[in-house]
Amino acid sequence: MSAFNDIAKNGFWKQNPLLVQLLGLCPLLAISTSLVNAVSLGLATILVMLLANLAIASLRALIPYEIRIPVFVLIIAALVTVVDLSFNAFLHDLYLVLGIFIPLIVTNCIVLARVEAFAAKNGLAASTLDGVMMGAGFLWVIALIGGLRELIGQGTLFSGIEMIFPSLSGIQVLPADYPGFLIMMLPPGAFFTLGLLIAGRNWSEARANQRRLNQLKQAEHPGDKPAENIPPFAA
Amino acid sequence: MSNSPYLLKATSVQSVMLRVLLALLPGLVAYIWFFGAAIVVQIVLASLTALAAEALVLYLRGKPLALFLTDGSALVTAWLIALSFPPLAPWWLVVLATLTAIIVAKHLYGGLGQNPFNPAMVAFALMIVAYPQLMSRWPVPGAVDFATQWGIIFGPYANHALDAITMATPLDALRTALHSAGTLPSAPTTVVSALANNPAIGHLAGRGWEWIAAGYLVGGLWLMQQRIITWHLPTAFLATLFLLSGLASVINPADFAGPLFHLFGGGAMLAAFFIVTDPVSAATTPCGKLIFAAGVALLTWIIRCFGAYPDGIAFAVLLMNIAVPLIDMATQPRVFGYKKTGDDVP
Repeated sequence: MSAFNDIAKNGFWKQNPLLVQLLGLCPLLAISTSLVNAVSLGLATILVMLLANLAIASLRALIPYEIRIPVFVLIIAALVTVVDLSFNAFLHDLYLVLGIFIPLIVTNCIVLARVEAFAAKNGLAASTLDGVMMGAGFLWVIALIGGLRELIGQGTLFSGIEMIFPSLSGIQVLPADYPGFLIMMLPPGAFFTLGLLIAGRNWSEARANQRRLNQLKQAEHPGDKPAENIPPFAA
Repeated sequence: MSNSPYLLKATSVQSVMLRVLLALLPGLVAYIWFFGAAIVVQIVLASLTALAAEALVLYLRGKPLALFLTDGSALVTAWLIALSFPPLAPWWLVVLATLTAIIVAKHLYGGLGQNPFNPAMVAFALMIVAYPQLMSRWPVPGAVDFATQWGIIFGPYANHALDAITMATPLDALRTALHSAGTLPSAPTTVVSALANNPAIGHLAGRGWEWIAAGYLVGGLWLMQQRIITWHLPTAFLATLFLLSGLASVINPADFAGPLFHLFGGGAMLAAFFIVTDPVSAATTPCGKLIFAAGVALLTWIIRCFGAYPDGIAFAVLLMNIAVPLIDMATQPRVFGYKKTGDDVP
């Protein structure tokens, strides 16, 4: 089962589509203005990735290698159309907000990248899991960015939830006279947040590597003094 | 390109920065005279924030605290932020701006000497995009006493009494008058009539503003005499702004303000001697400096005349900062003994 473990870890953290592969930045910039929008788009993306990987992993023996990309795109486009029409039918208000970005999941490089790099070469179960976990990796990052932007930008969380659950309403987290921070609601805010998250991820990875290296050295030369405590952000 | 004798003692960053602060004093005195002592509060706020932020980042990065904290560069950034922000801005606006300047614009890029963008201008641009109303809290000169100003700076964010004591800056007033000219049934507004009827306008470019600008001019000339800055950047900036606004106002005096208004209004003088001359983010070759400053002036004038923001200096500086590596590369002076173009063989 360790192969499945690796797939899950890759999607969620090690090869995270947003933090490491930097795929799907267009919907990230446009839609991560609020937690509800971000989670909705993230869920739609998971759904599409699950279906796309499933479809292509099961059809891969039949798809001629030379024209695989057009075939992939056609299959993904058909799936996205299904999702798009379902949003329009069942979550119409949200559909109006997400607008063009649901059809644009077709062009989202994460979907095609995972299909080409994984589903076209692996079995059904592994591919489905990869689709879900890559989608989940996308979901948690876009949700985090959406939440941070909404909180800092306008001091609320879950605003617009009534589009999905009419009985609920958003929460004013910060005091009502919070002046907001408009730049966070504009595209630069998404860039800032994503940049800081990527930096945070790289930093924690670098720290972990450093610690592992120190332990190895310690194991080789037990007599040496342990490495000095390095400052947290030393270059 | 230094003159003989070549025996020079390198000027320390600290002495340069201290002299820049000194040179800001004439403008600051004029500022206090016209707009009240609120600016001192803002400068203190910005300076304390800058030092605290600098110390925090230096500690995290494991750099020597004493060396970098006393070099004064953070203080210069803080002063420039405070001087370019409206004096009645709420306290947290200046604090937030200074934190952005020091932590994001300076240290995330590698600290002193590594930042591609002018930190003070990054902070200004960010705040004017995020809080346009707060960034227009300029008091009518002499209208409020210090206690009221203190109350506004540290008071609640939404202060409706403010409308009575703040006013449009001269640049703002001109823009509003000209842009609403077509929509109002009244007599067509021209630069002349807009300026003549406006209480904000003084002899050259706005009551108070022209004297503050003159103060910066004096300080800037002293900096030049001290050889902290060379003539290239300020001269190219002011000359380009003068020529552009002069030409436009000669061709169409009804819609374009004259050169003196542009030179002594807004932040032009502060920019000419203290902002475009930032030794880190500006171009460094003599010819490149001329191109850089002229570009800033061109963009400033375009944004002032046709843009949506009252003063375009911050955006102009940031846009030209992006072009600096290219400008520097294209204007490398010929090394003596080497051909101008071609390979590295002498």
